[in-house]
Amino acid sequence: MKVRARDANQVWQEEFEGAPARDDGIETSTISGVSLKPLYTREDLPRRDEEFPGQFPYTRGIHPSGYRGRLWTMRQFSGFATAEETNRRYKYLLANGQTGLSVAFDMPTLMGQDSDAPTSRGEVGHCGVAIDSLADMETLFAGIPLGDITTSMTINSPAAILLCMYIAVAEKQGVPADKLGGTLQNDILKEFIAQKEFIFPPAPSMRLVVDSIEYCAKEVPKWNTISISGYHIREAGSTAAQELAFTLADGMAYVDACLERGMHIDDFASRLSFFFDAHIDFFEEIAKFRAARRIWARWMRERYGAQQERSWKLRFHTQTAGVSLTAQQPELNIARTAIEALAAVLGGTQSLHTNAMDEVLALPTDKAARLALRTQQLIAYETGVANTLDPLGGSYFIESLTDEMERQAEAYFKRIDEIGGVIPAIESGFFQKEIADAAFRYQKELEEKSRLVVGVNEFINDEADESIEILRIDPLLESQQSERVREVRRKRDQAMCANALQSLRKAAAGTDNLMPHILEAVRAYATEGEIMQAMIEVFGTYTETAVV
Amino acid sequence: MPSTAVRPVRIVVAKVGLDGHDRGVKVVARALRDAGYEVIYTGLRQTPEMVVDAALQEDAQVIGLSIHSGAHMTLFPAVIAELKRREATDIILFGGGIIPDDDITALKKKGVEQIFTPGTPLQEIVDWLRKRLPESAV
Repeated sequence: MKVRARDANQVWQEEFEGAPARDDGIETSTISGVSLKPLYTREDLPRRDEEFPGQFPYTRGIHPSGYRGRLWTMRQFSGFATAEETNRRYKYLLANGQTGLSVAFDMPTLMGQDSDAPTSRGEVGHCGVAIDSLADMETLFAGIPLGDITTSMTINSPAAILLCMYIAVAEKQGVPADKLGGTLQNDILKEFIAQKEFIFPPAPSMRLVVDSIEYCAKEVPKWNTISISGYHIREAGSTAAQELAFTLADGMAYVDACLERGMHIDDFASRLSFFFDAHIDFFEEIAKFRAARRIWARWMRERYGAQQERSWKLRFHTQTAGVSLTAQQPELNIARTAIEALAAVLGGTQSLHTNAMDEVLALPTDKAARLALRTQQLIAYETGVANTLDPLGGSYFIESLTDEMERQAEAYFKRIDEIGGVIPAIESGFFQKEIADAAFRYQKELEEKSRLVVGVNEFINDEADESIEILRIDPLLESQQSERVREVRRKRDQAMCANALQSLRKAAAGTDNLMPHILEAVRAYATEGEIMQAMIEVFGTYTETAVV
Repeated sequence: MPSTAVRPVRIVVAKVGLDGHDRGVKVVARALRDAGYEVIYTGLRQTPEMVVDAALQEDAQVIGLSIHSGAHMTLFPAVIAELKRREATDIILFGGGIIPDDDITALKKKGVEQIFTPGTPLQEIVDWLRKRLPESAV
């Protein structure tokens, strides 16, 4: 006998409610607190026309050919110790099938200071590679043809300087700037919101970002001038919806700033790129990626009036969630990372970094870094998930959750607008408070065991020894690198360097685009710290009011 | 709530070093505050001198340091040296962050009383402080 769908649904409802339920007290909402139904049906499907990949609003992907056309770029973020050592690691990763480079800089480089600065003590080469001047950058890319690879550089406050160093190294290799491909993170707003590696106040910081976008639109047209990042917002404790909303709001703030400069939307929009976290709550992450593309496409076309299709397409890099890794039973991190990477792939990422299992303890060893890359290769070539475009499209649950993500993001856009925009929201501590609240809520759930992390608050190994081999940075490195930067300062053409820095100072006080001035200073072997200092003299520095 | 007879314990929590990873320090600060302690969070990029200054000015009995940049073997000992220089070694120093086991052993020998690594339940930190300062009325 044929049962009508409505009846079948009712029957299921009654049977579900009549059946015993698990009573382990574990949350059934997503890790971000979105409450979930036990079952999604056709009734949950949004009523809209069927969508196709490569077509507005790109919920199903920006390419008509998806991974059938081209797999995502496997781009492992890496850098440690000196430029020589990192150069060796890059060659090792490229030889093992990695398809793009991604530079991790150490804390002094990220904060715009030289290795021999007093506040660099203990930090040189620890979180990434130490770069003080063009000389270090030449070593970092020695023997790597910059015309043939693409490079991502994770740097923000001093981003313009590092980009100029890259352009200058390419010049020496005989590669013109218009042949260079890669990405500069250059996203200062999320620094104020979450990662806190700011130096200048918001206004001059935004000017530098717009300067680099404007300069690259003409001189380095294949370069992704900014990677608008949700990753750090999420790692700082935000929910998926907050990550989505705050990141896209930042994106719109950059668009507004470029328009204010007098640029035309279609001249720069296609070079804006994004960077998201892939956390452990599998379906929520996939929904987040799909919603991101749809929201961005709508805003770019409808609010900003972009005419070119490429301006509507949100392209993004993904990194698996560092914050989800555990120091306890660290081998489990391989499994976590694989699941997160799978979510990124099913969400249609353009490039991917998979974390190594030991990154919760230190920078990865060669072996751990290789296993992380192999995990991506396994997903790409063994599992078959890359054979079908947006394989979860049309799923009652995924489509419904994608809509929910979009709703939550739009609600946040309204709140940010009410505060007066992204920068006023930063200055009033709005984002910081939202993130700190979410982080604390999550920690409480762990304490109450309404959420479990295997090996941390449940399924704990009693055997004491969980140690794995970790990478150690030679303590001598700091003095060697300090000596190297002092030697650069001794050997350069002093007059040329001083002139370049003076012209940068003058330009900073005016309204010129600073990129050509920074490039001149870099070519004259001014150090990163000296170039930053020249700008600090004009711009000043920023201190946040700490929100607990 | 603290009793009227005993002054509540004051804790200065600080981020030393150049990194801006403040998720952990903020979560711990809230948990300690919820447990009844008076918590002063210094904000980011504090030098050892600034941290000890803050502790002395606030008349704090405890300093909690958070560090995620890998500079712990330099910065923890620098804070200890500063405490000695200012004759303030009665201040209890503890910390947290991404710190390998071998380094924890070494830092404890140098005078850091306790180090909590990622995944530590907040209650464990509160319990440790209560045990360490049993006279405190929280």
